[in-house]
Amino acid sequence: MSLGPAEVAKIAHLARLAIRDEDVPAHARNLSAILELVAQMNATNTAGVAPMAHPLDMAQRLRPDAVAEPDQRACFQAIAPQIEAGLYLVPKVIE
Amino acid sequence: MHEKTIAQLSAGLAAGEFSSEELTRAFLERIARFNPRLNAFITVTAETALVRARAADQRRQRGEAGPLTGVPIAHKDIFCTEGVRTSCGSRMLDRFTAPYDATVVEKLNAAGAVMLGKTNMDEFAMGSSNETSFYGPVRNPWDLEAVPGGSSGGSAAAVVGRLAPGATGTDTGGSIRQPAALCGITGLKPTYGRVSRWGMIAYASSLDQGGPMARSAEDCALLLGAMAGFDPRDSTSADRPVPDYAALLDRPLDGLKIGLPKEYFGEGLDGAVAQVVEEAITEYRKLGAETVEISLPNSRLAIPAYYVIAPAECSSNLARFDGVRYGHRCENPKDLLDLYTRSRGEGFGAEVTRRILVGTFALSAGYYDAYYLKAQQIRRLISDDFQRAFQQVDVIAGPTSPTVAFKLGEKVDDPITMYLSDIYTIAVNLAGLPGLSLPVGFATGLPVGLQLIGDYFAEDRLLNVAHRYQQATDWHLRAPAAFA
Amino acid sequence: MEWETVIGLEIHAQLATKSKIFSGASTAYGAAPNTQACAIDLGLPGVLPVLNREAVRMAAMLGLAIGAEVARRSVFARKNYFYPDLPKGYQISQYELPVVQKGQMAIDLDDGSSKVIGITRAHLEEDAGKSLHEDFHGRSGIDLNRAGTPLLEIVSEPDMRSAREAVAYMKKLHQLVVYLGICDGNMQEGSFRCDANVSVRPKGDSKFGTRAEIKNLNSFRFVERAIEFEIERQIDLIESGGKVVQETRLYDPDKGETRSMRSKEEANDYRYFPDPDLLPLVLDDAFIDAARAALPELPDAKKQRFMEQYGLSAYDASVLTTSRELAGHYEATVAALGGEPKLCANWVMGDFSAFLNKDNRDIADSPVDAAQLAGLLRRIQDRTISGKIAKEVFEAMWAGEGDADAVIKQRGLRQITDTSAIEKVIDDVIAANPDQLAQYRAGKDKLFGFFVGQVMKLSKGKANPQQVNDLLVEKLKG
Repeated sequence: MSLGPAEVAKIAHLARLAIRDEDVPAHARNLSAILELVAQMNATNTAGVAPMAHPLDMAQRLRPDAVAEPDQRACFQAIAPQIEAGLYLVPKVIE
Repeated sequence: MHEKTIAQLSAGLAAGEFSSEELTRAFLERIARFNPRLNAFITVTAETALVRARAADQRRQRGEAGPLTGVPIAHKDIFCTEGVRTSCGSRMLDRFTAPYDATVVEKLNAAGAVMLGKTNMDEFAMGSSNETSFYGPVRNPWDLEAVPGGSSGGSAAAVVGRLAPGATGTDTGGSIRQPAALCGITGLKPTYGRVSRWGMIAYASSLDQGGPMARSAEDCALLLGAMAGFDPRDSTSADRPVPDYAALLDRPLDGLKIGLPKEYFGEGLDGAVAQVVEEAITEYRKLGAETVEISLPNSRLAIPAYYVIAPAECSSNLARFDGVRYGHRCENPKDLLDLYTRSRGEGFGAEVTRRILVGTFALSAGYYDAYYLKAQQIRRLISDDFQRAFQQVDVIAGPTSPTVAFKLGEKVDDPITMYLSDIYTIAVNLAGLPGLSLPVGFATGLPVGLQLIGDYFAEDRLLNVAHRYQQATDWHLRAPAAFA
Repeated sequence: MEWETVIGLEIHAQLATKSKIFSGASTAYGAAPNTQACAIDLGLPGVLPVLNREAVRMAAMLGLAIGAEVARRSVFARKNYFYPDLPKGYQISQYELPVVQKGQMAIDLDDGSSKVIGITRAHLEEDAGKSLHEDFHGRSGIDLNRAGTPLLEIVSEPDMRSAREAVAYMKKLHQLVVYLGICDGNMQEGSFRCDANVSVRPKGDSKFGTRAEIKNLNSFRFVERAIEFEIERQIDLIESGGKVVQETRLYDPDKGETRSMRSKEEANDYRYFPDPDLLPLVLDDAFIDAARAALPELPDAKKQRFMEQYGLSAYDASVLTTSRELAGHYEATVAALGGEPKLCANWVMGDFSAFLNKDNRDIADSPVDAAQLAGLLRRIQDRTISGKIAKEVFEAMWAGEGDADAVIKQRGLRQITDTSAIEKVIDDVIAANPDQLAQYRAGKDKLFGFFVGQVMKLSKGKANPQQVNDLLVEKLKG
């Protein structure tokens, strides 16, 4: 599997990453090389093998329904890039 | 004082030979002197370290000291530390002050350990040489032109350079064990779920695991004892008791069965490294262990599977860095899309960008089955290989890394070659097993690490097996001349 | 050409838990912005989710109530997309293996028949925050208090064929989740909202037409209007030679129309994969049995029982079982009175409900409780007052003048049942209206009502109506 500049641009958009035009060919080259490395998997037949999402065979633990978090807005917003009236500000969201 | 192990420092503090404040000052002085050369620390917390050292001394006076009370340590800058910059080696978090402590930090604080500062690392733990850090590369104290390994390269360099007696690290594909090997220290990646991931900035959540890095297995046992344990804040944390690792170190190795995977001794392994590893295995036979050749037939698939799973998870884990609530935000975004793409484009370096792109692609419509699902199936095969092996042997041994530390810049433009540095460590993360690297000699003047792999939750056994070797040898006590 | 409409609904019900689905922050509505958004809700680096047991229990209850299979093993997945109200850049949801699988629910149609609507699945997920578009110097403000509130997304099959059916389904589901106590049902606050997938096709075609998804409908009226508008738009489009495009649309209640959503124009690629921070949700028999044991009597069963036990009509039983509270009030009234279920039904559905509506009150805050209402009905039963006087007494009770007996006594409303007293009134009326008497006796029967009215008026409504009737018939004969 090899990726061209247009595909790199599409993936970069999906990942919301600005990539400089001059870096696109290098990314295309590296990504293609990585996908080639990854393609070694294809030689192995995995039909019927259960996918493994987690190393441990455990079930999800359930938490009691209790309010346990105090208001820490001031602390959290002290590290925010832009706030006003307790809200995080972003360029206008268009629906 | 800096030449002592944690166990020795702990004994010295207990005997009143020195105070934690004196000890902390000594290490802070070494950091001030040597860090400009090594770049092992991103942030040094001298003032709070001294405050905590004095508190530890008072605690000792009250008779409430434990083995780590007053012992200075360093934290990899991937662990959130309340009120202290937590950068994860990235421009994205250059000005991020964490509002809370990671569980690992909280537990070590509770044990009375004194944080000296935050160590350098590959950006978001993605790298095997520490060259992807926004704060510049860390240098290997054995050869300042060589890499310390990565991603926990700052922690490894700090320990072997005697800037800290011990440090925390994290290991997603070898990030504790490979730098431990390349720097000549002991590093343990615990079983997935043994150490809480709460507050540890995620790279690949199903693979990440925090662990100790120190000079000896005994020191690692002391650190792990404080770091490990169930955490209700982490759904993947294992709810089982933590053994007294330090008390289990001395068990004899008679009858121990060590498996030697033939796949770990073949093509790609540097001859000089192979020889040192063989000598270590010979030493183990002398200590009473029996060695058996085993096979892990799917080993060669570990890197391909890893470079799907880890990037896929990272592409999602790093989506939260969007310039809205914290972290880097670009200047004057013209619209929302611009805010996202530029903040992220500017905030992330080349390797992180690369992995996000790979992961985004692997999960995208039409490719999921061929990449992600396939990789998870391969993951199962790799895990099954290990389980079969553990029916035959107690631990598995082999080289940690195929080569000794390579030169700075040598592999930086060739990601694939760089990825192969982790060829022996990655499978352990995919299976979620514990793995330990200990120094067993030198090749071309640089340290060589032996990797020990155990079955799930067999950290006590790995530490015991490493400790017995360290009782019989002194590789782990060697220091680079300039830092002795 | 004749067209057929095909509608499927995705309903989001916020679960009535105290804390969020993956964090211990409060879910209470209306707090100051971002004061209920904890580190987990904000997606700070290093935080991890832990699942709320109560949210799972509530999902299981819904599954059991719609006859669905509650999955023994289900999986949480990440739905990846960037939006400012989505702090982590992904929403934790369920994708391939939802907790509730394949159920159904019957709805009543306008023609009195009933229709079964298939429910494809219901899955647990976290709600997003809110973007506020008031003017912050041309910027939007993000409030993440809602982020992480548990949602149950209930997805129907494309089984509905009209806006009316869609509304009937949505109302029925609304009634169900409120009955179950798993959702407060407050649509204004967004606790229960709906996305509608609408398409049209030539009648008789088996293939579905291209659908449009109308997002975020938060009232029954909007659902009906939006779907009706959309059906018309699609038919017009096709008939004028155009094509319906698959897209997300937004309903504008002020203009009564739907429009394409610019933000959703590009095709989304959500890159779902199992969330590595969460393990598979495994439910054992004990968990599911406990959820089953907690199920209340469901609306359909309650309606059926009301018809059988109280001899009520389907309509009365349906109205009285609209909510658990109303049904409870009715049953308590019948029990307190010791019978007369029809009389009780008339009063609970009539004056009682009307007064609640007028004052916009919940049953819990009603000034007249079931025992007091029964006390009033007992006085009708024992003929102390007439049904008409009872309305006056009820109004006084509602205004806080005390219970029925107190009001009757204080206002002197006790019914006159003494025959001689009634006869005296009748005699007075007859004496005062000789012309009408003559006409009546000449055969103008309709004047009987006039005499009844005069007697009631003179007795201030207190004469027992039945006795008045009987005595008047005799007296007017002469």
